[in-house]
Amino acid sequence: MEAAVKPQRQMVRLRGRSYVAFVFTPTVPVQDWLHEIDATIARSPGFFAGRPVVIDLSSVDLSQSGIGHLLASLQDRNIRVLGIEGVEEARLTPMMPPLLSGGRSCMVEPSAPKKPETKTETKPTSLLLENPVRSGQTVIFPEGDVTILGSVGSGAEVVAGGSIHVYGALRGRAMAGVNGRTSARIYCQKIEAELLAIDGFYQTADDIDAALRGRPAQAWLQGNTMRITALN
Amino acid sequence: MAKVLVVTSGKGGVGKTTTTAALGAALAQRGDKVVVVDFDVGLRNLDLVMGAERRVVFDLINVVQGVAKLPQALIKDKRLENLWLLPASQTRDKDALTEEGVGKVIDELRARFDWVICDSPAGIERGASMAMRFADEAVIVTNPEVSSVRDSDRIIGMLDSKTVRAEKGERVEKHILITRYDPSRAARGEMLTIDDILEILATPLLGIIPESQDVLKASNVGTPVTLSNADGAPARAYMDAAKRLCGENVTMHVPAERRGLMDRLLRRRAA
Repeated sequence: MEAAVKPQRQMVRLRGRSYVAFVFTPTVPVQDWLHEIDATIARSPGFFAGRPVVIDLSSVDLSQSGIGHLLASLQDRNIRVLGIEGVEEARLTPMMPPLLSGGRSCMVEPSAPKKPETKTETKPTSLLLENPVRSGQTVIFPEGDVTILGSVGSGAEVVAGGSIHVYGALRGRAMAGVNGRTSARIYCQKIEAELLAIDGFYQTADDIDAALRGRPAQAWLQGNTMRITALN
Repeated sequence: MAKVLVVTSGKGGVGKTTTTAALGAALAQRGDKVVVVDFDVGLRNLDLVMGAERRVVFDLINVVQGVAKLPQALIKDKRLENLWLLPASQTRDKDALTEEGVGKVIDELRARFDWVICDSPAGIERGASMAMRFADEAVIVTNPEVSSVRDSDRIIGMLDSKTVRAEKGERVEKHILITRYDPSRAARGEMLTIDDILEILATPLLGIIPESQDVLKASNVGTPVTLSNADGAPARAYMDAAKRLCGENVTMHVPAERRGLMDRLLRRRAA
């Protein structure tokens, strides 16, 4: 006897999503306008790379072939056009990007590289917590070491750019050296951790040697493997 | 000086409502003027445990929204002169609780009572956070099992960060109350020990309530356990906890297993 397997119907999910696009408004003569675009690209190469671009043709009166030529010219400059607006649909061929409407203008933040701030005050490179870190709490300190005088509860998370020192029991997760500092270590008075990680290399509670549980321990990286040993 | 006490736990079914009723009654028996406030909007139970379910007219939400005045919603206990209940609404949900409205109700209650005991719903969402928001002290009810203890740890974290006191840089005074402690299972090592719990939670202990049929019976007849069987072990443990809340120094008893002679003679059935 064979059981017939009914094909499962796949549900179609439709979602709306909005994006910010550059809107180009070509002006006549189009050739001069293209030179202007060239100049922009020459000043900052990659300015349009990966950005959705929409062409607004309301201020030029181009024929179907004229629009085709304009699109090809932009394509040559590695600018891909997402949609067109400000023109009758009859002038577009099916091969061209679709006609858009209902766009709203918004501010586009300039992506000029920010100048590094020249502040003289030095940021602290370590964080001291005198209270226990409770379940559900997260401590994130990418700047350096984290020292905790209490315990780290089960379900709590400590993330540090440098090393992590726990003078109570470590029952939650500890992630040290998150910015790629392989020399970071994790120390604790009592290891009952759910997860230990250094620079992305991790071990879960299952991987940690059962003989170590409840003892003072440290974890460090030796090449690509994490070593955990008792502290005394 | 009125004190606002929240009874909370994170996990459900650990005995928050029973504890609220028992502590409320115990404090009232000592002569303080007490109101117990049910924050479990939509799933109210405190009125049943207090035996006041037939007399609910207005509720906390009505007062929060200004539909009713506070004295209209307060229900006086039939057994104790100075014990009152402010019930929750069963037909609404917890989104009806606004911080401003709850704050006003709590302020009014502070002016009228010595103790305002807030029965928090389970979870960490709006109902629970509103119940703890204005608290001066907290009783965290914990069962001797890992899931309950971890949830309590989470709640302690919230008490230290999300309450008005915490935001002002003050502390909410916290107490652990261990309920449903079963001495025979503890002796067999099937439960977390008291020391384990206190070590994990790093918070002082208020009391240990033994697992008992008294508690279930009391709930079913709608009487706080400290009134229904005042000589029973849970009632005495709650009375001691109430004394400690008032600042008295009472020695802590860890409930021990009582074994009869026959139990001791016939310890184990041979295979």
